[in-house]
Amino acid sequence: MRNLRKILGVFWIVLAGLCACFGVVNFGYPKIVSPKGSDDLVFGCIILFVLLPLIVGGLFLFGWYALNGEYDSKE
Amino acid sequence: MKESKGLWKIIGASSVGTLIEWYDFYIFGSLATIISTKFFPPDNPTAAFLATLATFAAGFVVRPFGALFFGRLGDLIGRKYTFMMTLLLMGGATFLIGCIPSYETIGFFAPLAVLLLRLLQGLALGGEYGGAATYVAEHAPENRRGYWTSWIQTTATVGLFVSLLVIMGTRMAISEEAFNNWGWRIPFWVSIAMVLISYVIRKNMDESPLFQKVKEEGKIAKNPLKESFGKKENFKYVLLALFGATMGQGVVWYTGQFYAMSFIEKICMVDKMQSDMLIATALLLGTPFFLVFGALSDRIGRKKIMLTGMLLAVLCYRPIYEKMYQTVAVKNKTENASLRTGQLTNKLNAKTKQTELLYTNHFSYEDGAKKTEVKKVLLSKDNQLIKEELKTTIKISDADWWILVGLVFIQVLFVTMVYGPIAAFLVELFPIHIRYTSMSLPYHIGNGVFGGLLPAVATYLASKANDANNLAVKNNLAQPYESPYLEGLWYPIGVASVCFVIGLIYIKTNNKTKSHA
Repeated sequence: MRNLRKILGVFWIVLAGLCACFGVVNFGYPKIVSPKGSDDLVFGCIILFVLLPLIVGGLFLFGWYALNGEYDSKE
Repeated sequence: MKESKGLWKIIGASSVGTLIEWYDFYIFGSLATIISTKFFPPDNPTAAFLATLATFAAGFVVRPFGALFFGRLGDLIGRKYTFMMTLLLMGGATFLIGCIPSYETIGFFAPLAVLLLRLLQGLALGGEYGGAATYVAEHAPENRRGYWTSWIQTTATVGLFVSLLVIMGTRMAISEEAFNNWGWRIPFWVSIAMVLISYVIRKNMDESPLFQKVKEEGKIAKNPLKESFGKKENFKYVLLALFGATMGQGVVWYTGQFYAMSFIEKICMVDKMQSDMLIATALLLGTPFFLVFGALSDRIGRKKIMLTGMLLAVLCYRPIYEKMYQTVAVKNKTENASLRTGQLTNKLNAKTKQTELLYTNHFSYEDGAKKTEVKKVLLSKDNQLIKEELKTTIKISDADWWILVGLVFIQVLFVTMVYGPIAAFLVELFPIHIRYTSMSLPYHIGNGVFGGLLPAVATYLASKANDANNLAVKNNLAQPYESPYLEGLWYPIGVASVCFVIGLIYIKTNNKTKSHA
């Protein structure tokens, strides 16, 4: 189980990267350059500068801690 | 017996306050259409910009800030005073939204005031939940924490239920015109009476005994934010709480209570009154299960129940939504053609010289369902087409109504499984001196961010599938998506699946009552 937790740490880091790409390519950037106006612009900015850093940064750190065995300390 | 009586008082005071906060938060959402016509005229770009900010900022951005701000206060000055502040802030903001003169009267200041008050609501909501859950958990005996804190967990659903009831009651009590003119303000004003009663009750309560003990021992955190998020020993559990519990709980909660409602109204096109009633009925039937699963978590552990709820949601969402869609779809019903009626009315606008044609068709079906199609066509003065709109509303039969109640009830049951034990789970994950701060943030990111993103991401996925199908039809190809209306579900299914795996592998259970990492 310890090894599985550590190996999956890599998966969470990769997943964080995929979330970042998906979020920027499909939501953030298209919304910011959307011709629809303020609605999309605000949503795009919130996605790019608030939500994505929280989700991607958090998941990356979680993966990093898992990879370093931080979640094995208490049994 | 005496201890139990004291606990009931604490539960009552805490739950009523939290319920009111949820009520306040929901009525803004439920009355969003009317509010936008009063304060945010769509032809004014500044007002439209403020409307967008009010919608997104309160849910996504301000709630986590409220969690940090009030969480820190709660760990420094105590739980009782902090969640009294959030209650007054929320109640005051809600009452004032009901008092703001419309855009026609005070112009730009109207949407600006609504935005500021909405942000205050988000801030207050971010601080309330952690305080109430911590306060109750710190009064409850350790082996009954799941049961006692599950009362707090009912408040989000009951708050939604009460907000639907107050709005429906006000609509029934006065004419539609009066409601649209001034009656929509009543649900906002009702809040202040409830807040004052709750304030008086809370004021007479004692501080949490565990916090009091920590305070007397001089062990209060000097800097709760730094200790919660600046130290790896605690921060790693904040991340685990978010990705292994609250993230999945947030999407299951939003799907069961909001996506279901929007799916029934917008995709299935069920009549608004019928859909409100069926959601309210399912919520009413499902709410006691928060207590059932909260109590059960004291016996078999929080993790098992929460993860089972997530897994069931992942496996059942698509079949449930397919069944909801097919139950309402008129293509599956036999039309009683002799009862079909239709009429055409036209109206000439003397000022613009534009003509509005209104085609109304009524269809009846053998099972008792009725469909109304209203097609609005706007023609210019030289009879050129300007705009065409088609609105379909379906009134379903009693039997179908109960089927939908059952299907929404199943989703509410998943909500009760993931949400019922989570307050106890979060409280037990963090030490007393930084508990309020540490548990509030993952809760509000899980619900506000992951849950709050659900409508936007689900709409994006569904419209992408629709576009792909339309393109295929245009090019005489087979449609790639068999059920495009189900595509939006991949977001909650994906998030809940990841959360399930993380919870299963990284959260450990060391005895019957507790789950921890």
